[in-house]
Amino acid sequence: MYKIVKKEMLTDTIFLMEILAPRVASSALPGQFIIVKNSDKGERIPLTICDYDTDKGTVTIVAQAVGKSTMELMNYSEGDQVSDFVGPLGRPSDLCEMSEEELKSKNIIFIAGGVGAAPVYPQVKWLKERGIGADVIIGARTKDLLILEDKMSEVAENLYISTDDGTYGYNGRVTDLLKELAEKQGKSYNHAVAIGPMIMMKFTSMMTKELNIPTVVSLNPIMVDGTGMCGACRVTVGNEVKFACVDGPEFDGHLVNYDEAMRRQTMYKTEEGQARLRYEEGATHKNGGCGCGGDK
Amino acid sequence: MAINYTKIPVREQDPKVRATNFKEVCLGYNEEEAVLEASRCLNCPKPMCVTGCPVNIDIPAFIKNIKEKDFEGAAKEIAKYSSLPAVCGRVCPQETQCEGRCILGNKGDAVSIGKLERFTADWSREHNVDLTAKEAPKGKKVAVIGAGPAGLTCAGDLARKGYDVTIFEALHKAGGVLEYGIPEFRLPKETVVKTEIDNIKKLGVKIETNVIIGRTLTIDQLFDKEGFSAVFIGSGAGLPKFMGIPGENANGVFSANEMLTRVNLMKAYLDDYDTPVKIGKKVAVIGGGNVAMDAARTALRLGAESHIVYRRAEEQLPARAEEVHHAKEEGIIFDLLTNPTEILVDENGNVCGMNCVRMKLGEPDESGRRSPVVIEGSDFTMEVDTVIMSLGTSPNPLISSNTPGLEINRRKCIIAEEETGLTSREGVYAGGDAVTGAATVILAMGAGKKAAAAIDEYLSK
Repeated sequence: MYKIVKKEMLTDTIFLMEILAPRVASSALPGQFIIVKNSDKGERIPLTICDYDTDKGTVTIVAQAVGKSTMELMNYSEGDQVSDFVGPLGRPSDLCEMSEEELKSKNIIFIAGGVGAAPVYPQVKWLKERGIGADVIIGARTKDLLILEDKMSEVAENLYISTDDGTYGYNGRVTDLLKELAEKQGKSYNHAVAIGPMIMMKFTSMMTKELNIPTVVSLNPIMVDGTGMCGACRVTVGNEVKFACVDGPEFDGHLVNYDEAMRRQTMYKTEEGQARLRYEEGATHKNGGCGCGGDK
Repeated sequence: MAINYTKIPVREQDPKVRATNFKEVCLGYNEEEAVLEASRCLNCPKPMCVTGCPVNIDIPAFIKNIKEKDFEGAAKEIAKYSSLPAVCGRVCPQETQCEGRCILGNKGDAVSIGKLERFTADWSREHNVDLTAKEAPKGKKVAVIGAGPAGLTCAGDLARKGYDVTIFEALHKAGGVLEYGIPEFRLPKETVVKTEIDNIKKLGVKIETNVIIGRTLTIDQLFDKEGFSAVFIGSGAGLPKFMGIPGENANGVFSANEMLTRVNLMKAYLDDYDTPVKIGKKVAVIGGGNVAMDAARTALRLGAESHIVYRRAEEQLPARAEEVHHAKEEGIIFDLLTNPTEILVDENGNVCGMNCVRMKLGEPDESGRRSPVVIEGSDFTMEVDTVIMSLGTSPNPLISSNTPGLEINRRKCIIAEEETGLTSREGVYAGGDAVTGAATVILAMGAGKKAAAAIDEYLSK
C-alpha cells in the first residue's frame, strides 16, 4: 500500500498527489511514468511523473479525472492509500542522456498542452539544476484549465501562456504562439519537446517541422502492464512498430503516426464511458446501461 | 497381481457447460480413484519416470504413499523436490516427461502421474499439511527477480536451505505466467496458485511486488545497497511477437499476452473488476501453442465464435494433446494449414476481416518439422472482428540492458550455464524463459532448482 501524503486540486478535474514510494522516488528521472492501481479490483492507470523528492521519498503525480478510475482516485484524500504504485517506467528523457556540452548547445522550447505541463515540469527543473535555461509554453483550452503556472515560472527561462479562448495570456493555440516566438520574436530554437493530448502533439509537430526544429513528443497510449508485456501501447514511428512503455514514451515527433495512435486510444471508449456512468450514478445505474446487456 | 494397463479416467466438466464458464475443466481424482490409479504403478527398480521429471521428484515413492493411503506422506515426499505440485499436476506436459517414460505406456496407458501429483497437492491443501520443514538460518541474503515458476522454485529451495530470500516482482501480484498467462479454467488462482505461493511464504520467503529490477532497482544496487550475496534472475519472456503484416495495429488486434493478462491477472471477465476486455463476435487466434489454445478457449468463454488459425497441420501443433482435445470438445474451430497475410480494416480503424492463404507441407526445416509452403492462388478472406496474435514471446531486455557485464545472446536471452544457471556476472544466476526463451512452467522450475543448488554451493564456499 502506498500513502497519499498530499493532495491538491489544480482545477475542478485536475489533481496533484504526492505519494510515498521511496524506491520509485530515488530512481525516477524526467520523462518516465508510473502506474497506479487504486484498489484490489482497480485497473492499472499509467500516469506521468510530475516531480519526485528523494529525501521525503515521495513521487508527485498529476492526473485529470476523465474515466472511472481517475475519478475514483480524485476522490481519495490525504492519508488514504492506493494499493499499487510501480515505476519508474519507460526510458528517461533523451535530455538526461546528453552530455553537458550537448545540452549547452541546445536552445530548448517545451510546449505543454493541458495536463502535459506535469511531465514537462521535471524536465525543465532538471535542466535548471544543471544551469541550462529552457523556454516553456503552456497552453490550455481556457484559463480555468491552466495548471502549474507558478511552479513552472520558477524553473523556466521564459514562460509563455496561451489559451484557446483568449481568457488568459496569448489568445490562440500553442502552435500559433510557437510560430510567433520563432518568426516574430526572433527565437531560434533547435530542440523542441511537446507533451499533451495526441492531437496537440500532432499539430505541434507539424508546426515544428515547418520551423525546422527537431522535436520530441511523449506518448500516452493505452497500456496494461507498462513493462512491455501486453503490446497494447504499440505505435508506428517511422516505419517501425514500437512499444511506448519500453521503447518510449518519448519518440521523434516528426515520425509518429498520430492518426493511428489517436484511433488506438479510442479502443475502449464505449467500455470506459459505461464504467464512468456506472461510477457517477452509483446505485441508481441500472446494470446493462442501455438495456442491451452489453456493458461491463 | 495382474498388471492393469488401463488408467482410471479423470472426471471433467461437461464440454458444453464448461464452454460458458471459467471454472476448472478437470475435476481431478478423489481418494478412492487416486488409490486405485496408484496401485497400477509397478514400482520399477530403475524408475524411468524420475529421469523424465525436470525436478527429479521420486515419483514411485510418493505413489507408494498414495497406494498406502498415506496422503500426507505423499505430500511431504513431493515437497522435497517441488514447491508447486498443484500447479505442475495441472500444467506439466507429463505425456512427454514422466508419463512418457512410464513402462506401462509401452503396452497401454502410462500411470497418470500428473493427476496423482495434483490429487496429492490438493489433498495437502485441503488438510493443511505443514510443508515448512527447513534448515537453520544461514545468515545470507539472496534476491530472486520474478515471482514466476523459476523464481518461486529457486526461492523455495533456498529458503529450505536456510537462506533469507526476497523475491522482487514487477507486477502487483506474485505468480508470473501462473497469474497473468494460464487461465482460471486450467489453473485456479485463489485455491491453487495463491496457496502454493503462500506455502513458499511460510518458508520465510519475502515477496516485494511492484519492484521492476532494471528500473526501480538495479542488480548492482541489490548487491551494493541492499546487502544481497547472490541474485537469481527468473524474469521470464514477456515481450509478445507480432507478424509484421499490414493492418496489425488496427483496433481489434491484440497479443495473446494482452488478452490473457486482462482476463487472468486483471479479472476482466468478472463484473466487479475495472479492467475491460474487448472480444468481438468472431475471433481468430493466430498460432498453435498452449497459449493460443488458452486464448481461443478464453475468447469462447467470453461469448465469441473462436478459431485457431495455424500455418502447419494438426500433427505439428505445439500445444499439448490434452489442450487441443479440450479445445475441440468445447467447440474451437481449427483452421489449419492457413496463414494470415493481411488484416482488413474498416473506415473507423476496426478489424473487419483477414486475408489468408492456404498452405501445404513441404520439406522438413531446421526444426525437423515439415515446413509449410504457400499454395499459389489460394487467397481467401476470413470474416473476423478480432485477431489475437499468439506467436510466442521473447525476454524483456530491461534487466540485461541495465546490468553491466551481463551477457545476452542474439535472441536477447541471458547466457547462463545449463547445469548451474551461472551468468557472465559472479553471483548472478538465471533460469527459465529469461534464458531459454518461451518454454514450459516445469522447465523453468527445473532451472530454478538447479540454480538454487548452485547458489547454495557458491555461498557455502
